[in-house]
Formats: sequence, structure tokens, C-alpha cells
Amino acid sequence: MSTPHSTATHDAAAGSHADHPLVGHLVPISTLVATASALLVLTFITVAVRYIDIGEFNVWVAIGIAVVKASLVASFFMHLRWDRPFNLLVFVGCTAFVVLMMAFCVLDTSQYRATQYTGNPPLAQETLDAKAPAAPVARFKTGLDP
Amino acid sequence: MTTIDTPRQDVLDSAAETDNYLTYTRGFLSWILTLDHKRIGVMYMGSVLLSFLVGGTFALLLRTELLTPGRTICSAETYNQFFTLHGAIMVFLVIIPSIPAALGNFVLPIMLGAKDVAFPRLNLFSYFLWLGGAAFTLYSLAAGGFDTGWTFYTPYSTTTTTGGVIPVLIGVFILGFSSIFTGLNFIVTVHKLRPPGMTWFKMPLFLWALYATAIIQVLATPVLAITLCLLIVERVLNIGIFNPSMGGDPVLYQHFFWFYSHPAVYIMIVPAMGIISEIIAVHSHRQIFGYRYIAYSSIAIAMFSFIVWGHHMFTSGQSGLMNTIFSLISFSVAIPSAVKTFNWTMTLYKGTISLTAPMMYALSFLFLFTIGGLTGIHLATLNTDVHLHDTYFVVAHFHYVMMGSALIGMIGGLHHWWPKMTGRMYNEKMACTACIIIFVGFNITFFTQFMLGSQGMPRRYYDYLPEFQVYHVISTIGSYIMAAGFFTSAICFIQSLMSGPKAPSNPWGGVSLEWQCASPPPHDNFKTPPHVGNCYDFSVVHWDEATKNYIIDHKAELAHVTGEGRR
Amino acid sequence: MSDVATGHDSHGDAHGSGHAHSPEHAKYPFLAHHFDTPAQQFDSAKLGMWLFLATEVLFFGALFVAYAVLRSRFPEVFSYASHYLDTTMGGINTAVLIVSSLTMALGVYFAQRGRKTALLICLWLTMAGAAGFLVIKYFEYEHKIHANLVWGPGFYVPPHNTVGELEAQQLAHAPAAAPAALPVPMNPAPSAQPTIGAHPVVEGSAIKPASAGPGGLGAGAVNSVLGESHDIIPHQLPSAHLEDAAMPPNTHMFFAIYYAMTGLHGFHVIVGMVVIGILIFRAHRGDFGPNYYTPVDLVGLYWHIVDLVWIFLFPLFYLIH
Ligand code: HEM
Ligand SMILES: [Cu+2]
Repeated sequence: MSTPHSTATHDAAAGSHADHPLVGHLVPISTLVATASALLVLTFITVAVRYIDIGEFNVWVAIGIAVVKASLVASFFMHLRWDRPFNLLVFVGCTAFVVLMMAFCVLDTSQYRATQYTGNPPLAQETLDAKAPAAPVARFKTGLDP
Repeated sequence: MTTIDTPRQDVLDSAAETDNYLTYTRGFLSWILTLDHKRIGVMYMGSVLLSFLVGGTFALLLRTELLTPGRTICSAETYNQFFTLHGAIMVFLVIIPSIPAALGNFVLPIMLGAKDVAFPRLNLFSYFLWLGGAAFTLYSLAAGGFDTGWTFYTPYSTTTTTGGVIPVLIGVFILGFSSIFTGLNFIVTVHKLRPPGMTWFKMPLFLWALYATAIIQVLATPVLAITLCLLIVERVLNIGIFNPSMGGDPVLYQHFFWFYSHPAVYIMIVPAMGIISEIIAVHSHRQIFGYRYIAYSSIAIAMFSFIVWGHHMFTSGQSGLMNTIFSLISFSVAIPSAVKTFNWTMTLYKGTISLTAPMMYALSFLFLFTIGGLTGIHLATLNTDVHLHDTYFVVAHFHYVMMGSALIGMIGGLHHWWPKMTGRMYNEKMACTACIIIFVGFNITFFTQFMLGSQGMPRRYYDYLPEFQVYHVISTIGSYIMAAGFFTSAICFIQSLMSGPKAPSNPWGGVSLEWQCASPPPHDNFKTPPHVGNCYDFSVVHWDEATKNYIIDHKAELAHVTGEGRR
Repeated sequence: MSDVATGHDSHGDAHGSGHAHSPEHAKYPFLAHHFDTPAQQFDSAKLGMWLFLATEVLFFGALFVAYAVLRSRFPEVFSYASHYLDTTMGGINTAVLIVSSLTMALGVYFAQRGRKTALLICLWLTMAGAAGFLVIKYFEYEHKIHANLVWGPGFYVPPHNTVGELEAQQLAHAPAAAPAALPVPMNPAPSAQPTIGAHPVVEGSAIKPASAGPGGLGAGAVNSVLGESHDIIPHQLPSAHLEDAAMPPNTHMFFAIYYAMTGLHGFHVIVGMVVIGILIFRAHRGDFGPNYYTPVDLVGLYWHIVDLVWIFLFPLFYLIH
């Protein structure tokens, strides 16, 4: 490691403008705070949505909100909005590969599911059967069940 | 002869004698702590060749065991451990790092005209990771060995009682990160360190190949890493994600494994294809045919390689729908591979071919890759594969592509850049003889295995029916011949190191940038920014009898470039 | 990992001197010999980091795929077991990570402006956020393990009433490949299940000792737990799920993937704390300013991706209807 360098004043002389970094993009504090607030609000919404039953769609709404939150983080916190387009391509590209892998794997497992063994391993099932019937789920305190 | 802002080659050469990367600093520490990509490349090369020796020894033991049905030299359990080690060492320690990390590290920045890779310390770190991974892999032997096959299929790998499984999983995990960091480094280097004038389509095809490889390394290897983590967790904590008796899914393991490992076979072959593009163009002294198509096909192969992994799982319980889809897509990989093969053939056609050792290896590659690739098509055909899966046919196929193509390509590249790396020439005759012996031995060894496989000899068995013996004996004899070939080649290299004549800067007549710097190159490659021209225009080089060297006439080159415009 | 995050950005060559330095190199001491301008060096570092993040995305990606496969196979398990997770704690943790992401982003801002004190405050706050996250996570894990909500066979083992929890944990951690490991039968029929040890069936309990877990568990481990069990009193179990008739089969798989994903994420948080610690040290030393703040930026990117992963984990585990 070299000696410490670059105090603000020194850089003001070296760089062109004291207020701006030599490289990269300066994102104003207000933007950052606004992003964080939006993220918190969206978190609240996604928790709230859990209690509305829209069947199949619950998971898609949850993922949709998560994607919005993720793109907020990526564009503002991670500066992707102002960054080089190739970095964006890297990020979107690798996500696309995850989606691809997921699509193929889920498609495949959903196809051969019919032939798969389902149910608990035999003895675990025995254990459970022996103890039934007992409390319904709601009795177990999770703090959330209606 | 006037040159444009590049020193004359004979001047370069005399300077190189005293000041080059080998003599820049001295001592063991100056090597092991070096940040110079050339030295790191050389260290990788040494380590990889050493691992090749170890893996090759196991191979010979395997072949010897198979000389007779039943026990020949070792028990079935030992045999299982031997083929597993052989596979794991050859794949993870030898072929995957051989071209990108060893040759690529040495050549890439010079070819590009850069002073170094983008992150020299990360580069050294990834070499240490390689060492660490190799240490774990070898330690697994002491810890009881492992007999899972290089594929680590569950549930066997999570239940086998051989004690070396966890060490080798850790080792391969570490090797994976070594490979990732190399790839990452190369992508950034190619993007950010190109000197002025080096546009994407001026890059030599080897760089395109390394770039495509790096994409695969970065995108595929993490999946292997996490899969191995899950295996370790499965063994240590019994988490059950791959355990069918706990509601887990062993086929999912295979999906994960092949999501990495099919692209991984392209980590092996794509850079070899890049080397072949270089060798064929330089040694037939002819403009490469279809430059852009070869460049694009590298990227296309990298992309396609991610969507065909299921062709390894046709008989593992994968659904019929996915079997069909994967079979169909697998055929399409043949297209970019064929594009390359045809372009190489067209480059040879009417070229001024010098039958040097690198060229001999390149021709072997063409022949062997064609067989390997075409048998891949047989295997990708769904109904054929049901018969051929897990037989010696598969073994023969992947040896034709991994050894016959990737490794032969690497050795060809080593001959091609050997004068650059060491500053010494080798005995051409001896090198060519070695190549011929290897080629013959290889085909005797593995072509018989196609026949064995199609007649039903399963892979990974130490015993077999007596009627297979004749093939096994032929195959074993072939492997001894091949070993003799590699031995000859090794002697040739050692002899060159000890007493080889001094290499000129451009012994083959190449035009790309590495031939414009001295042999061996100075510490920081180029004192002045190099002159970037058309790296496949061989009309600008001519043989200079006085210095026994090819001289590049930059004036002629410049005229060509401006006359032709963008290639 | 930390090497990417902090290491490679400056001073490429320890012994590079033999060639002429450009004026740029004289002006910017942090500029490595093989780069021409600070912008080139910065862009390279950034691209390198983004590629590293891509590997992280695929690293986690495979686990997300495993999640998707398991969830599509056992939808009822996921909607049932999700209720055992504490949404309040998960929600608080989400907020904690978002706020620490904000402080990290602010840290980058202050580094860019060369404001050392503000930068240090932000880094410390980020560090506190990371620590807070881990503490909350610890309590969550602790509570789950206490309630026997664990992965694998341990999920079905009623803990011994006095030292039960500990044993359940032990069992859950039992090495699958202990020397005495039994071969795992594929879909074993009950009769095919090997009998483990000869333990008398305890009066008043229908739980047979041999049922301690499905195949794959080391016999030695099971014996060591069951060998001491004299009186299992089922109704004092802390594991209410075992009494629940409505519990779908394979519920333990939810916890398997839950621990795998949150565990890996937790590990990344720990790594994050380490690299932030290094940043604090370097910031304290005065390494950063408007000209050179690359490490702060890179660690920032890493920290945001950790946040980003959690943004997906939270709804996928805690918020299943
Ligand atoms: C032309 C393109 C190729 C096609 C269509 C192809 C197709 C296949 C198929 C379908 C299999 C599975 C056979 C089975 O297990 O039943 C296979 C196995 C294999 N291929 Fe290829 N292949 C191609 C090129 C390559 C290349 C270039 C390499 C390596 C450099 C390679 C390495 C392997 C390996 C290592 C295996 C065996 C894996 C194992 O089970 O241990 N293949 N190939
Ligand atoms: Cu394949």
C-alpha cells in the first residue's frame, strides 16, 4: 500500500472541480434518500399484500414488487442509471441466465413429477400418524395467523 | 528497411538477450510473488503439465488394469478411485486451466498490446487458488480417496464412505474460483486495456476465443460452486435437497452440475479453437478465411453452450419434453463448430503450408475434432443416446474432444509460443515425430473405444466380458504408444530449454503483436504503444536469411490498412 | 472475494520501475503502471466488480432454482411452513438492510466529496446495520431451532424433554457420512428400513426409536441420542408442528432450503462486515477522496447486492399466503 493521498483541498487543485469526483457519477443525497424511502414503502406494501388472497397471483405480485425494489437499488444505489451500459448488460444478462436455468429446471421437474415419490419418508409419516389428531395450525402462535 | 515507430526486430532481439521478463528479477520469491502475467502464465503452465503427468499416470494404470477381464493389477474399489481421480485431475486441474490460465495469461496481454492484465494481483491470487485447489485434491487421496466419478452424482456422492469426498469437493470449489477470476480478469482486460487502434475486429481470433471462454467461466462456474457447497452441506448436515428419500431431487443435482459442466466443455474447447485459428493462419501464411464468422461463432458457441446441458441427462429421469428440447438444441451447437472447421479448411486451401510442429498439431486437431464433434451429434440424438449412454462410446467421444482437440490444441499452442515464452527453439524433427506418435497412439486408443461402446461395453467398469478383450488390449497398447509420444515431446522441450538455439522474435512469420516484441518479451511487453495493423495480413512479412527471422514491413502494412479500410 | 472488493484497484506492480511514467502517473500516485488514466483504472475496477456480482447472482441463482423446484413441487408445504417464520422480524431485517444500503450509498457520496468524517460515520452505520441484521437473524434461528424447526430428519425427532433441544440439534448436525453410515435406500419401504439399535418402545409413546429419521442418517448419531432417552413425554415437546395433523408431508424441505438460502446470505453479510471493516481502516487512514474512492464504490456495490438478494428472500420465505 502506498502512502495516503488526496485530501479534498489537494484534489481541488488536481481535479477540475472540488465538488465532483475525478471519475464516476455523483448521486445527490436527496435521490438516495428518496430511493430508500420508496424501498421502505414497497416493503410495507409487499407485507400488506400477503393478507389479500388472490390465489396464484400472490407470488407473482410479491416477485413483481421485489423486482421493482431490485431495480430501484440497482439503478440508484448502484449507480447503474448513469453507469456504462455494458455493466447494465452484465447484470441483466446474468439474471437472464438464472431465469433460463430456472425455467428449464422447473419445466422439467413439473413434467416428471407424476413419477416422483411423494410423501414423507415412510417412518416419519408413521410418527406423524401416530400422534394425530392434535392442534390445528392456528393454535401454534406465529403472531400472524388470523 | 524502414519501420514505423516500432524498433527493428534485430534490435529488439539483441536487447531481449539481457533484459527480458525471465531475467528481470531473480530468485524463487520473485517468481512466486510476481505480478507479471507472463510469469504467472509460465507457472500455470508448469503446474498444469505436472498435473497432466499425475493424471496421465492414473490413465496408464487404468488402461493396464483393463488388459484382462477381472483383476489385473488392482481391485475394483481401487479402480473406481483411479478413474475418479484421473477424471477430476484431468478436467479440473489440467484442461480447464491449461489454455486460458497458462497460455492465455502469457499471450493475451501481449497480443492485445497491453502491459498486463487488468488486475495483476487478482491474477496471482487465482494462481494461488489453483495451488490450494490442487492441494485439497491431492489431500483427498490421503483422506481416503473418493470413488464418485468426476461428476459427483448424488445420491452416491453423499453416501459413499470414501473419506476424500469432502476434501475434493472443497478443492474443486476453490479451483472454480480460480477459473472465475481468470475469466473475469480477461474480460476486463479485453474491454479496457486495448491500446489505441486495437478495435474489436482487429483482435486476433485467439483473443475472441479467450473472451468467449471468459464469459462462460464467469457465468457457469458459480453454479458449480454452489452445487458443490450443497453437496458438502448434504454430507455434513444432511440437508436433503438432493436426497430422494427426504423429498429432495437427485435429478436437480444433475441439472445444476451440467448447467456448469456442459459450458465447461466449451471452456476447454473454445480457447483451443482460438489457438488453431492462429496456428493455421500463421503457418499457412495466408489470411484467415472468414475472420468475422470465426469470431462470431466463438460467441455463439458460448451462448449456445448454456442451453444444451440436458443432453447429458437423457437417461437420468429427465422428462420426455425436456429430452426432446435439449436434443434439438444440441444439434444447433454443431453449426458454429462447423463454421469454424470449414473456415480453417478454407484457410489451408491454397495456403503456403509450413509443416511445422504447431501445424502438425493443428492438423491433428482438425481431424480429431471432426470425429469428436460428429460423434457428439450421435450422442445428442435422443434414441441413439439411450443405447450409447454410459458406454465406452461416450468415453471415446469426450476423449476425442477433450484430449484429441482441447489438449492437442494446447500442446500445439505451446509449440507455437514456446520460442516466445522461453526464447529458445526446439528440435523441429523431434517435435513432429512426437506429434505423429501421439496422433497414432491416440487413435488406436480411442477409436477402438467407439467400437467397444457401440457393442455395449459400459464405462467405469473394471471387469468385462471376454469378447471385449481384444479391443481393450488394442486400446491399452495405443495408450502406451501415446505415452511414448508425450515422453518424446517432453524430452524435446527439456532439450530445448537446456541447449536449444536462441529463438528470433518472429520464427513463424506471424503478424499479431506478440511477434512484434522480442523473444522472450521484456518485462512490460512494449516500451512504446505497439503498432496495430491487420494481424492476418501475411503479405507484409518476409523471411530475412541474415537474422533467420521474419521481418514485418510496417510501411507496406500501413498502406494495406489504409487501402483496405476496416477489415 | 475481498480481494475483488478491495484489493486489485491500485498499485499494480511491486517492482515496476523500468519504464517512463507518464505525467498521469506522476500526478495520481494510486494509478497502477498498466493503466493510462484514472478513468481507465476506475472503469476497469467497476467492470470487474460487476462481473463478480454476476457470479454472485448465479451463485445465489442456483439456490433460487432449487427453491422454485421445491416450491412448485410442494406448494402446500411452503404456504404451511411459511407461517412458522416471523414476519415481524423478517420485516424489520428488511428495513435494516435497506437503511444500511442507504448509509452505504451515502458513504460513497461522501467519499466522492472527500468528506472523511461523514464517510466514516456512514461506514460505521452500515457496519451497525449489518451487525443488527445478524443479531436479529440469530434470534430467529435460535427460536426455530428451539422449536425444532430444522432441516432434515431432526425435524421429526421429538426432543427429549430435559435436554431435548440440544439433542435435536445434535441429531440435525449428525454427519450423514459418519463411519457407520447406512446406505440410503431410495424410497425405502417401511419394512426395508434398517432397525437402528435395540431400544425398548417407550410406554405411552407411539414413537418408535427406529423412526428417528429417514435413511441417510448415521446410525452412530442416532444411537448416541436415543441411547440416553429414557422417558419421552410427547406432550411437553416444544415442537408443536409434530402435533399438527394438518402438517403436509415433506415440510422439512421448506426449512432445508430456508436455512440454505438465508445461511448463504448471512455468510455474505459477514463477509460484508469484514470488507466494510477494511474500508473503515483505510478511510481512517485517509486513503479516499474525490480522486480515489474506488474501494468504497466497489464494497458499496457488493453491499447492495447483498441487500438485493434479501429483497427477494423476504417475500419468498416470509410472505407466502
Ligand atoms: C459438437 C458438439 C457436441 C455435442 C453435440 C456433444 C454431445 C454430447 C452428448 C449428447 C453427450 C452425452 C452422452 C451420454 O452421456 O450419453 C456428451 C458427453 C460428453 N461430452 Fe460432448 N458433445 C459435443 C462436444 C463436446 C466437446 C467440445 C467436449 C469437450 C471439450 C465434450 C465433452 C464431453 C464430455 C466430457 C462428455 C461426458 C461427460 C460424462 O458423462 O462424464 N463434448 N457430449
Ligand atoms: Cu454436453
